[in-house]
Amino acid sequence: MSTAPSIKLENVTVGYGKTPVVSDLNIEFPGGKLSMLVGGSGCGKSTVLKHILGLYPPMGGNILIGDRDLGRMTGKQARCMRQRTGVLFQDGALLGSLTLKDNVALPLREHTRLKEPEIMRIVQDRLDMVGLGHALDLFPNELSGGMRKRAGLARALVMDPQMLFCDEPTSGLDPVLSAELDQLLLEMMCRFDMTMVVVTHDLASMRSLADFVVILGERRCLFQGTIEELERTEDPYLRRFLDRAAEERDAPRLTMPPIDPAMMKIDCSSVLGGKNTIRKDDRCSK
Amino acid sequence: MAEKTRGKALHLFPWRIFRDAADEVGSLTLFLVDSLRLVFAGLGQFPKIVRQVYFIGVQSVSVIALIGLFTGMVMGMQLYYALSVFGADGFLGTGVALSMVRELAPVLTAIMLTGRAGSAMTAEIGVMRISEQIDALSIMDVNPMRYLVAPKMAACLVSFPILTAFFNLIALWGGWLTGVKLLGANAGVYWSRVQGSLDWDDIEGGFLKSIVFGVLVCTICCFEGYYTHQRSGHAGPEGVSQSTTNAVVKSCVVILAADYILTSLLW
Repeated sequence: MSTAPSIKLENVTVGYGKTPVVSDLNIEFPGGKLSMLVGGSGCGKSTVLKHILGLYPPMGGNILIGDRDLGRMTGKQARCMRQRTGVLFQDGALLGSLTLKDNVALPLREHTRLKEPEIMRIVQDRLDMVGLGHALDLFPNELSGGMRKRAGLARALVMDPQMLFCDEPTSGLDPVLSAELDQLLLEMMCRFDMTMVVVTHDLASMRSLADFVVILGERRCLFQGTIEELERTEDPYLRRFLDRAAEERDAPRLTMPPIDPAMMKIDCSSVLGGKNTIRKDDRCSK
Repeated sequence: MAEKTRGKALHLFPWRIFRDAADEVGSLTLFLVDSLRLVFAGLGQFPKIVRQVYFIGVQSVSVIALIGLFTGMVMGMQLYYALSVFGADGFLGTGVALSMVRELAPVLTAIMLTGRAGSAMTAEIGVMRISEQIDALSIMDVNPMRYLVAPKMAACLVSFPILTAFFNLIALWGGWLTGVKLLGANAGVYWSRVQGSLDWDDIEGGFLKSIVFGVLVCTICCFEGYYTHQRSGHAGPEGVSQSTTNAVVKSCVVILAADYILTSLLW
């Protein structure tokens, strides 16, 4: 039985300034499960995430973490909640002036009274867990995109969070790295008792990871339920959303239309003083 | 209908500007109070403050020395020519000392530090904002104001007066170089006038100005970077560059305005 809190959105409208991005959200991310917040680019997934994290107040409605209203938490309760929340941002959001070990150690140094050797032991453990145990003294600009994300994940996990939020963890990664990161998230989910919310538009990740799926679009919540329920849906928009991915997988490879050889004659007269023209065939033969 | 709308818009326009300006000044004041409150929040701040003093203070010494030297040399030359017309070149030391200590040293030091360190502060914090590093700090329950802004504020409070004193020193030497060594004024009279004409009030006023300028520069530069994501119409790197330009321009204007007000109040 999981003790990780559920996250409930009651009639929540989110946006920036006076402009709503998504309205009237009534969603419950179940505690101790891996939920995925899915939708097309610009549909407001990251905006919803930032509001759940308390970075911005919602324009309307209530966000409940467990049974506590985020908007009515006392300062101490909010601080306590943040310290048990881990976030993996899109590009890791590691502090550029700190080494990897200092980045991961930062929450421990700020919020615990652990001695430095103990902090270093935890840091080493978390970095080993994500496969970066060898890169303790590197700075974020010395890491690849995938390594930065894994380092961000290590930092998010260093305080043993009850909730882990990941903002597009596989964006910008090649399919192999994406699959590795998905696998890593699954391992973390098994190792820590936590509620995980992953924002993504990667349908392959959704199908392989999600216990619970929320789909946003058209400024509202279009679907929430299990992956099996989603696959059975008859909603035309959702079918298009899901089938589009299937079409992409099964689609034949695009072929180039035939090119008229006359079109390949490149006029270099302006560059070469009018003496030469180069044919693609000539260059290829050389 | 169109006339009515236009009339309404004209009626509202100045108030909107006034409201926006009041809003910005209010936010800036709250930002200033918050950063000053957090300056000495715990011993953990000390290494960060030392790093910032090195960046803002130590790394600015050479540029301040150069500006101080040439400003002093120009003042020495101009005042010598002007005073010698009336046979009063003996007052060269008085002129150089008072103009430097009361006005030029605090103002020019602050403007130079705005260009060198203030712009860097804005860019650093702005980049951290657009790359979600500040959000990450908030989520980790690390107060970004305490972590990022307060050490810079503390470093400005330390660096601005020290660099102003250094500017004074070099500028007085620069005035001696042109006035005495190049143009032939009496060295003993020059230094005696420098010593005799400066009261403690002058030095205290100069230092007070430099502290106020330090607080203003740090507040404006950090504020512009911190809220770079709220800049309408400019997102991402363009927003950071816009914020940096704004920070430098606003800081320079505010330094000169504050200088006028402080001069009026102090002397």
